[in-house]
Amino acid sequence: MRVSLTVNGRAREADDVWEGESLLYVLRERLGLPGSKNACEQGECGSCTVRLDDVPVCSCLVAAGQAEGREVVTVEGLAALAGRRAARGAPDGPDGPDGPDGQGGQGGQGGPGGPPGEGATRLSPVQQAFVDAGAVQCGFCTPGLLVAADEMLERNPAPTDADIREALSGNLCRCTGYEKIMDAVRLAAARQGEAVRPCP
Amino acid sequence: MPVKPAVGTPAEVTQGSRTGGGVGESTLRPDGILKVTGEFAYASDMWHEDMLWGQVLRSPVAHAEILSVDTGEALATPGVHAVMTYDDLPTGVRTYGLEIQDTPVLAHGRVRHHGEPVAIVAADHPETARRAAARIRVEYRELPLVTDESSATAPGAPLLHEDRADHRAGHVPHPNVVHRQPIVRGDVAAARGRADFVVEGEYTFGMQDQAFLGPESGLAVPAEDGGVDLYVATQWLHADLRQIAPVLGLPEDKVRMTLSGVGGAFGGREDLSMQIHACLLALRTGRPVKIVYNRFESFFGHVHRHPARIHYEHGATKDGRLTHMKCRIVLDGGAYASTSAAVVGNAASLSAGPYVLDDVDIEALALYSNNPPCGAMRGFGAVQACFAYEAQMDRLADAVGMDRVGFRQLNAMSQGTVMPTGQRVDSPAPVAELLRRVKAMPMPPRRQWLAAGEQADVRELPGGLSNTTHGEGVVRGVGYAVGIKNVGFSEGFDDYSTARVRMEVVGGEAVATVHTAMAEVGQGGVTVLAQIARTELGVVRVTIQPADTRVGSAGSTSASRQTYVTGGAVRNACGLVREKVLELGRRRFGTYHPAWATAELLLEGGRVVTDGGEVLADLADVLGDEAVEVEEEWRHRPTEPFDLRTGQGFGHVQYSFAAHRAVVEVDTELGLVKVVELACAQDVGKALNPLSVIGQIQGGTVQGLGMALMEEIVVDPGTAKVRNPSFTDYLIPTILDTPDLPVDVLELADHHAPYGLRGVGEAPTLSSTPAVLAAIRDATGLELNRTPVRPEHLTGTA
Amino acid sequence: MDFLRPASWEEALAAKAAHPAAVPIAGGTDVMVEINFDHRRPEHLMDLNRIGELGEWEVGEESVRLGAAVPYTAIMEHLRGELPGLALASHTVASPQIRNRGGVGGNLGTASPAGDAHPALLAAGAEVEAGSVRGSRLIPIDAFYTGVKRNALAADELIRAVHIRKADGPQQYSKVGTRNAMVIAVCAFGLALHPASRTVRTGIGSAAPTPVRARTAEEFLNAALDEGGFWDNGRSITPSVAQRFAELCSAACNPVDDVRGTAGYRRHAVGVLARRTLAWTWESYRGTAAAEGGV
Repeated sequence: MRVSLTVNGRAREADDVWEGESLLYVLRERLGLPGSKNACEQGECGSCTVRLDDVPVCSCLVAAGQAEGREVVTVEGLAALAGRRAARGAPDGPDGPDGPDGQGGQGGQGGPGGPPGEGATRLSPVQQAFVDAGAVQCGFCTPGLLVAADEMLERNPAPTDADIREALSGNLCRCTGYEKIMDAVRLAAARQGEAVRPCP
Repeated sequence: MPVKPAVGTPAEVTQGSRTGGGVGESTLRPDGILKVTGEFAYASDMWHEDMLWGQVLRSPVAHAEILSVDTGEALATPGVHAVMTYDDLPTGVRTYGLEIQDTPVLAHGRVRHHGEPVAIVAADHPETARRAAARIRVEYRELPLVTDESSATAPGAPLLHEDRADHRAGHVPHPNVVHRQPIVRGDVAAARGRADFVVEGEYTFGMQDQAFLGPESGLAVPAEDGGVDLYVATQWLHADLRQIAPVLGLPEDKVRMTLSGVGGAFGGREDLSMQIHACLLALRTGRPVKIVYNRFESFFGHVHRHPARIHYEHGATKDGRLTHMKCRIVLDGGAYASTSAAVVGNAASLSAGPYVLDDVDIEALALYSNNPPCGAMRGFGAVQACFAYEAQMDRLADAVGMDRVGFRQLNAMSQGTVMPTGQRVDSPAPVAELLRRVKAMPMPPRRQWLAAGEQADVRELPGGLSNTTHGEGVVRGVGYAVGIKNVGFSEGFDDYSTARVRMEVVGGEAVATVHTAMAEVGQGGVTVLAQIARTELGVVRVTIQPADTRVGSAGSTSASRQTYVTGGAVRNACGLVREKVLELGRRRFGTYHPAWATAELLLEGGRVVTDGGEVLADLADVLGDEAVEVEEEWRHRPTEPFDLRTGQGFGHVQYSFAAHRAVVEVDTELGLVKVVELACAQDVGKALNPLSVIGQIQGGTVQGLGMALMEEIVVDPGTAKVRNPSFTDYLIPTILDTPDLPVDVLELADHHAPYGLRGVGEAPTLSSTPAVLAAIRDATGLELNRTPVRPEHLTGTA
Repeated sequence: MDFLRPASWEEALAAKAAHPAAVPIAGGTDVMVEINFDHRRPEHLMDLNRIGELGEWEVGEESVRLGAAVPYTAIMEHLRGELPGLALASHTVASPQIRNRGGVGGNLGTASPAGDAHPALLAAGAEVEAGSVRGSRLIPIDAFYTGVKRNALAADELIRAVHIRKADGPQQYSKVGTRNAMVIAVCAFGLALHPASRTVRTGIGSAAPTPVRARTAEEFLNAALDEGGFWDNGRSITPSVAQRFAELCSAACNPVDDVRGTAGYRRHAVGVLARRTLAWTWESYRGTAAAEGGV
């Protein structure tokens, strides 16, 4: 079947979709957006978290056909989403710096890569905070955590630690022990707070 | 906890003549930005025009003879391009293995564990491949099971591997024993006579899973030269290559491996998973083949941490001195050997823990059984023993009537202590100091669930969001533990790494390129290698090349060894590059300044400077159009095997130590536990990247917490089948299960190691589990001789 | 596999009548797991997301008519006053992402004994509104669960809504899992005080082949409260009454040993939860009654 949807602000179509495919599969394998991750495919890890009509969901549990005509934001669209929020005057803080600084990574550049995707060169504040706070190790949980954390900070700009833990309780991380993730979300919230405070 | 300020990116921190972003700084990950934008390409993200999807058919039973395999219907399925079984393997090499080549590429006439690969399929869509795999008809005749020590060694027990010809076979008490390592030292009988208190304990350690988030995946692309290009997530490219190429019948240079993004490893990617299968299907079909396990399959796709039955006897005098120790550790290795033998070596040689014990009688062994194969996981044989000996220490301290930390400190080893293997510890071993530090940390406040007001915040209580208590039945407990782990490959293994370092001028600036085959699995090795190059070569810009097999082996990303060994190799190669650069400088500019010939010269901040700080030349001018490149292997000092009868030998390169204090709250009526704080003190020798070091310690700590409270692969003893192969029933800690994790990092240099560093990654996984268990015992007064501890064990309803 | 996309309730009923084996999918939190792991290959998958009314609720005089696909997040946020037990239960469901998609209709359709909503529905009192081309009917919640993962729906029926009695007194819900979040119930317990009728209702999850009420325990407690004049005198419930109630709740269980917990533990834990939730609700009732000058 054919599935038409809007992803990160762009109208997209996928053809020959098998009816049992998930939105996650369509994003990763048909639309060139492998940022959403396939860690458990049973809704237990949150690494595939995307926003479906604004709401964070596990894209592995959305049947592809259910996404017909709907709006999806993935990790690849987070920077643009933050940009749109900032333009509306919502608390988002200064834009992050430009992307890769010329240092080589590993892995990411070694393979044949994916189908033509959407490059995101700027970082949203929460993305920048994850990099700065050391919240990224293997990084497989990171995209889902970013989408969830970004949405929480949109709703709750000054979360307590318990609020952060509750909001991120659907996102498993196996590398960090979560402490640096807590640091990152606190940092993003603090920067967001500074950005809306009037200058002295 | 205050928010830490962001640290500078490497590009911003050139200060004075010192080169910024070097060793000792918390520089940020070079792959961090790609990972937060979703652009970093993990193995499961690989994609190729025209690619097919591979699927594995696995055994539904644990032990059976395969009577027949019929692939006809599967092959006839539209969209299916290949179906392969054992009979389709291209060469006579049809088994593989890290140490003992006992693992069939595809089952031959017999399956030995639940989930063993029997056949593989390639098709144009994953669903087509799944449907086709389901149409392969396999007839099994079930065989009697080996599930534990008694069924493995009973008279007439079925042999997992008949006609064993491996090099361990001649030294084991039974063919169902993979490897056995005794260690005998001193006179246990005499020492026992001096004991005023003797404590014996029987302990059980469950089967833990690495539960890395990125499932086993990869893409094999057939090449025009008849070879294959393989993009895969692994811990050791060259070990994979050594096992893959002979099965394919290809020379190693025709199997070109590139590391793709690795979504965590923790030991679970040391053994092969989908590598050979993808290559076989790609070569058979002439099309690229991608294989991605789902989570269910991942539980069958890699080895787990060995479950163990452990018996200890310790003695102590009235004044609290340990007299002797006897111990027997039985590890279940499952159906195939994997790294079981090395795990046995570690379990035996580290079973005394970080304590002075001159009179010991130790035996460790690993069984072959029909349970899932077990092998490497973070902590590698030292974890199981630590859980048990730390329980013993608490019981001994109580028997003697001493403070539990004080008892440990009194018996703590230190530099100069002789291990049970006879090896003298020749670098700092600050065991008592780590305990002191972790004990000195401030205690978390009590009744923290009322911090926000009158109403209990259930998120701060045992049970969490499930709303099981508002404070009823909740008792606090505190526990301590400390552990010892070896760093690097041991027992005479030729443990080396290779680094290729190049220096040249790009855009008017001297730039270094570092190429190694080190697998970055998330630990931050790529960050540290770039820091080393900056420090050694005085450049700001360093490019880390993708890891592949076009450069020599880096050894495994295991055993807390990569910063030591590949870091050492990069430092060594950088030193050789520096000499060549200085030689070039002397040739070009030596006549202009006498210091070129007389002074100690350094590369700093893009310049050649004297040790007095005088600038002699810009590196860009020295290099001009020339590129300087070196590829060189580097080894740590050699070790030797343990004697097969006495266990004596200089077996380990380095030891690492961590101590934990756990503060828990136990709902004693429901048996639910909330860890309130889990503090760690660890000696890291030298923190090359403090931010990454703390990340490693916290991550290891929480894996230990999971082992204490929830993580266990449950194998049905009646069928040897895995009962919980999913993230619904194999639980790992969420962020709500995880407390604050304060870390105190001690840096006492080991002068044998580059920069004095000590491997970091594993030690915190050891002591975390027993600290949590000790805290639960403190809260409940229960004995708790198994881990993970479940609510049943705390409520007498097991 | 065919993917059916009915745009209205009537279209959905027609499709279900034409394809009785069609599997309805709303939040997908059960169905997609089974599809992803190859446990299920229905010939027809029927998406209910396009039927807007399933995501709506109406608060009536006596009860709340909750659309089958109202996500748990909405119940937590908007119906805490009317449906406190179900709101608490909703908060224990899996993770925020799952609560944003999953709803009570799915829980009822799957009818797993471990479904988080069931004990709260049993304790509050509810009726399931089922529809088919033949018409619609209300199935009392007590008659809805017919076996392990089986319910009273006919093959051509779909769940349209649940009518849940509005709380007339305090309600509580507790669930035991071996993790502090994102966990399937080892066992769960719901309790609702109904001061209007001077009755107490319970619901037990994951401790019997189906969700069940602890009827003997309810009868005992109703009688004890009545005899002691507790509803009027506002006294604390005596420990012996609470203990007997807990024992009878444990006795109402018929659990299995499985990978998530032993039968013995489930029985034990249900007793603890029964005692605690009774204390919480009763103390809350006393507080409210005192504030209203009732006692």
